[in-house]
Amino acid sequence: MRATKRRDDRRAAWWFLLPVLVGFTVFYGYPAVRGLWYSVTDYTMLNTPSYVGAENYTELMRDSEFWHSLLVTGWYVLLNIGSQTILALGLAALMHRLTRSVVLRATLLLPWLVPNVTIGLLWMWLLDTNLGFLNHLLGTLGLGPVGFLSDATWAMPSIAAINTWAYTGYTALLLYAGMLQIPQHLYESAAIDGANEFRMFRRITLPLLRPVLALVLVVSLIGSFQIFDTIAVTTKGDPVGATRAIYYFIYEEAFRFFHLGYAAAAAICLALILGVLTVIQMRLLRASRSDLA
Amino acid sequence: MIRRSRAGAALLSLAVVAGLAACSKSGDDASSGDAVTLDYWLWDDNQKASYQACADAFHADNPNITIKITQSAWDQYWQNLTTQVAAGEAPDVWTNQGSYYPQFVTSGQILDLQPYVKADNVDLSQYQAGLAELFEKDGKRYGLPKDWDTMAVVYNTDLLKAQGLDAAALKDLTWNPTDGGTFEQAIAKATVDANGKNGLDPAFDKGKVKTFGFLPEWKDGSQGQNGWGNFAAMLGFTYLDKNPWGTQYKYDDPRLAQVIDWYKGLIAKGYSPALDQKSTLANDALMNAGKGAMTITGSWMINSYLGDSAKVKFAFAPLPAGPQGRKSAINGLSDAIWSGTEHKDEAWKWVKFLASTDCQDIVANNAVVFPAIKTASEKALAAHESKGRDVQPFIDEATAPGGTFFLPITDKGSEVSQIVQDAIQSAVLGQTDSATALKKANEQVNALFK
Repeated sequence: MRATKRRDDRRAAWWFLLPVLVGFTVFYGYPAVRGLWYSVTDYTMLNTPSYVGAENYTELMRDSEFWHSLLVTGWYVLLNIGSQTILALGLAALMHRLTRSVVLRATLLLPWLVPNVTIGLLWMWLLDTNLGFLNHLLGTLGLGPVGFLSDATWAMPSIAAINTWAYTGYTALLLYAGMLQIPQHLYESAAIDGANEFRMFRRITLPLLRPVLALVLVVSLIGSFQIFDTIAVTTKGDPVGATRAIYYFIYEEAFRFFHLGYAAAAAICLALILGVLTVIQMRLLRASRSDLA
Repeated sequence: MIRRSRAGAALLSLAVVAGLAACSKSGDDASSGDAVTLDYWLWDDNQKASYQACADAFHADNPNITIKITQSAWDQYWQNLTTQVAAGEAPDVWTNQGSYYPQFVTSGQILDLQPYVKADNVDLSQYQAGLAELFEKDGKRYGLPKDWDTMAVVYNTDLLKAQGLDAAALKDLTWNPTDGGTFEQAIAKATVDANGKNGLDPAFDKGKVKTFGFLPEWKDGSQGQNGWGNFAAMLGFTYLDKNPWGTQYKYDDPRLAQVIDWYKGLIAKGYSPALDQKSTLANDALMNAGKGAMTITGSWMINSYLGDSAKVKFAFAPLPAGPQGRKSAINGLSDAIWSGTEHKDEAWKWVKFLASTDCQDIVANNAVVFPAIKTASEKALAAHESKGRDVQPFIDEATAPGGTFFLPITDKGSEVSQIVQDAIQSAVLGQTDSATALKKANEQVNALFK
């Protein structure tokens, strides 16, 4: 009796899952398989794709532009994840220990609500060498102008800063939600024992936040690797490829040069890299196990 | 519960029927044969009104053919078009440009118009010289010319007047790659630092430039249409072994490197902004903000500079004359028919109309671009003049014997564009010297054709 009932539940569950499964198959599964197939063809959108074996992949390995775009992406991820995580942790800890103001939380979320293209345009004007507000400020201090988006040294850090601005609030909220899971009594007893705030952060908050932090890091790392819109709006990969991140490289190969097979191969490589990185990161941070249990 | 799901099913089936009806609509048009809707694509929003007027006039003459115009911005236009072509849903007729149309020719997507041109005796000599040939390959014709553009110097009249430079002073400037000729003198004069000293003044402070004399365009692909290409042509440089449809580029020509070096000199002297401090905004935005006194622009920008949206007063001057004379890039657009269209004859009627005085005079009177037909160009000039706009330099260059050169038309246009633009930018940034960068780029470019 029990067994049949359980099976019935399962059948019902499948029905509920069906819409999602259909969506997943049509919009993720099928395109992914197609992408895999295109990556071993010479597809250009205008021809009938024919099988070329591993040619796209061997070509990619020899393509200095591809390696350069990976390098540039790595640099961006380092800058963006680094600054964003540290700032967000700080903000979350402050919110957690000082104020629970809803207004503050809503304000932090504001930049995240602005569409990325708008953010790109906004900062493109603010950072402009000749007409930008920031360079105007620097000018009144007798400095600059700095080509934030046109100088090869500054372009990537500037784009990382723009996205840090946009995503720190959101990341901080996620971490803050994680901090709310930490039992309050731990802080109380630590306070009685005379621990200061910094020590409590290091000894209580950080270790107990680990599963949430791991998740946030994985999600933002993958998101960070996919940097595209800010670049497409501001620098378009310039100067001389200094901001041609891997996604922009793939986009140009696919939709500017119409090398769809080649672009698909690059996308598959990126997926592999992200997969490996995720596994490593989850292992390192023992994400699935909580110290609270 | 049952009732609701029935209602849902009814709604769903309605939606499906509506969808089917929408799908079959164009099919009906084809089978009935009398009422036909042609899709026509273009990218320039400035020109949509002119072509809508053409479409209306065409529909009045051919009541069974309706033209549906779709306009999308340049950046998306070619992606959209290629996707639609790949999906077998391309517009019946679309606007083409030299760097992009070869891929559609190679993949057999454009209808050969030569039999139609012959049958209907279209007079190809009515167009500005050379424009019709741009869209020919191996005796086949992949479009009819619709308009053309040339390049000129645009300047901020107030800023130049303050330095004692007027239209007369800018009319006959000379240029050479060694000292830049009188053109560079004018640029130096137009450059003003924070203390009000111009570039010719010994006390000029190149670290504190307020207005640059000349704004170069560095996002200029493989052609340098908005700058270096014109100067290189004035030294005798040609892009290709043959144009159109050459397969051997000549970017390693030392004369091209000379031009880039001259540009680098302007930057070093403080007359032009350094590339790594260059604005991400377009040159017309900087010109409007008074950050630049002069730049080189195309006739398609006339309305932006002389129209109501301009914040300061601009005027056009001819390009300077180089060692081999004054040479301006000339570029032409065309209208092409998709080889997969179900309405070939109707599409031809429309293209023929677009390429006739009937339509090009309408376009001319709207004074946006110069139509391909010579008499229509004259009308466009008159329309500009009646609005009080002096656009003579563009026409003079187009009509001067040997005064223009065509931009390269080959396969792999967008790949070549990226390689050459990157090479030139790296040379200007000082990452490599111009000759080495261009030599390497040329090898990469020519390897694409092997």
